[in-house]
Amino acid sequence: MYTNFFYQLRQEGIPVSITEWMTLMEALYAGLANSSLSGFYYLARAILIKSESHYDQYDLAFQKYFQGVETPQALVDQVSKWLENPLPPKMFSEEERNALLEKLGLPDWESLKAALAERLRTQDSPHHGGNKWIGTGGTSPFGHSGFHPGGIRIGGKSYGQSAVKVAAERNYRSYRRDETLGVRQFEIALRGLRQFSTRVGGAKTELDLEGTIDETCRNAGKLKLVWTRPRKNAVKVIVFMDSGGSMYRYADICSQLFTAVHNASHFKDLQFYYFHNCIYDYLYLDAACDSRRTIKTQDLMSNLDSDYKAILVGDAAMAPSELLMVDGNIFWDMSNDEPGITWLKRLARKFPYNAWLNPIPKAQWNWTYGRQTINAIREIFPMYELTLEGLDQAIKKLMVRK
Amino acid sequence: MSNQLIFKGTEDYIVSDDLRNSVNISVALSRPLLIKGEPGTGKTVLAESVARSLGLKLIVWNIKSTTKAQDGLYVYDTVQRLYDSQFGDHDVSDIKRYIKLGKLGEAFTSEERVVLLIDEIDKADLEFPNDLLWELDVMNFYIPETGETISAKHRPIVIITSNAEKELPDAFLRRCVFHYIDFPNEEMMEEIVYVHFPDIQKKLLHEALKAFYWLRSIPGLQKKPSTSELLDWVQALAVGGIAPENITKELPFLGTLLKKNQDFDLTLRQLHSRGMDGREREKDKYFRSVMRGY
Repeated sequence: MYTNFFYQLRQEGIPVSITEWMTLMEALYAGLANSSLSGFYYLARAILIKSESHYDQYDLAFQKYFQGVETPQALVDQVSKWLENPLPPKMFSEEERNALLEKLGLPDWESLKAALAERLRTQDSPHHGGNKWIGTGGTSPFGHSGFHPGGIRIGGKSYGQSAVKVAAERNYRSYRRDETLGVRQFEIALRGLRQFSTRVGGAKTELDLEGTIDETCRNAGKLKLVWTRPRKNAVKVIVFMDSGGSMYRYADICSQLFTAVHNASHFKDLQFYYFHNCIYDYLYLDAACDSRRTIKTQDLMSNLDSDYKAILVGDAAMAPSELLMVDGNIFWDMSNDEPGITWLKRLARKFPYNAWLNPIPKAQWNWTYGRQTINAIREIFPMYELTLEGLDQAIKKLMVRK
Repeated sequence: MSNQLIFKGTEDYIVSDDLRNSVNISVALSRPLLIKGEPGTGKTVLAESVARSLGLKLIVWNIKSTTKAQDGLYVYDTVQRLYDSQFGDHDVSDIKRYIKLGKLGEAFTSEERVVLLIDEIDKADLEFPNDLLWELDVMNFYIPETGETISAKHRPIVIITSNAEKELPDAFLRRCVFHYIDFPNEEMMEEIVYVHFPDIQKKLLHEALKAFYWLRSIPGLQKKPSTSELLDWVQALAVGGIAPENITKELPFLGTLLKKNQDFDLTLRQLHSRGMDGREREKDKYFRSVMRGY
């Protein structure tokens, strides 16, 4: 039952597994949903969802699947006269509940909906304490103050806040992974960039316990200490960031990424350079793109090893001439003998571990301003959105050669 | 279900309905409860509250970056044994003497049901949670040195907290009940502060909360102030005898709330620009974008 809900969740991109689904079934049979929709909402969320970044997708799926489950007011009016003078709420004991559960089973939602429609057509008077018609204090699936394992409460006192309403509020929207978040989330994502190695140079300062025990035993129990180098992250990172011009509107997110990269203390080496729209003969040392503080791109490439992981950040949106033409540089006084695209290709060859992060949402890459240059650059560098999810993908890409 | 333990919260720990549900679900299904949430939302204190409310003993296993899964089960003190064999007068053929149970082993062998808190599981190595899968599932482990199997006498209630510093492996997540603790809203926060300072002035608290939530809503803050910082701040305000009407205007003792320089500057600028007209605000915006270097 509810099987379609399972597929609805997967359709929203939540990685729900069979194991978790079976756990939910187990919980439902144990009566943990308290026979209420809001109980079900929290129960299913606690068991099926394993990250707050999926809460929003869960809310959406829940909304889609259970839409219309909450009794509409018109229906309540129609039925309310049947529910007048209700029986006092009937408390079912644990055993009675289980017996009912055995007997009735859990209906699936579609047939339940059909049955309710049928009752509404055919019922013409109040029924209380029974097991079929809409009424109170009984074991019919419809009505209130009674018990049915998978029934629909109509009127009466609700348990807690309405689940569909909670789902519709979408309180967890801001936790989605495909929305950009903040410095801390970036930092966490950047921690994926590591490769531990004991081969990195340095003093042997750590006691190798296993080795020491081994050697001591070989030494007939006389202590012999063995030292080793500490495990260190061997990852080196070089970042090229587009600054100025069309990047103004992304300044916030870029500064967040900047802070996160600088806070990440686990890289063996970190280098930061700036460019304006495209990379040519010179790279800037600060974000203001001051032509007095530059470094030759060629020098940089010959000075650094190829094992640096290159991250390029920019919108890649520019006039085609800036990318493809000699002297295309937007700064007139900085002529270039070779087109920008040649420099980009050179960089990509020099640093085979590379990725381009683009603050423009991926959905717009094919029609926004600069689509020609975006697509030209995508052929050189694998391009990802500058969102948490994009960064995650980029980092996975950076750990392996293309 | 009949002899089931139901967690209802304790007097000194304000718990939301859905968190209470999650705890009860995890207890009923006997699956570990994984708690995530912003720092300062009371993840660790939850375990204490659960233990007290259910009247059970609490065993805390604090995870550090060097913690290995094995440490939680048992440690075989080979060095002590070696030492004893050379200099001691103990009988070293009894290996049992050198097996020391870890926190998980302690929870398994306890004579009564316990609450086991595995605190900040994400601090350890990536493989750590996976190494514990089997033990948490079947609640027993084998000690090859002595040929003993340690099985849980009573299935402990396992609560695991995580600060989301690392992604946890899927196989591990599949076995847990998960709950994300929301940052408390204003009403709930008011209750929380009252629990800590029962005789605080109502007006003062109200103004302080207003300022606190305004501060949290500033976009681009690098470290949002959390509950524990609010509590410090409220105490500072009360001790300092600040007039409630000045709190939102001047934000006194801001240093107790904000711990980063950039945040400090950002807040002061926001506070400043709240009182400016449109044109001045434009100028201020321009100034800020220049300052940021873009």
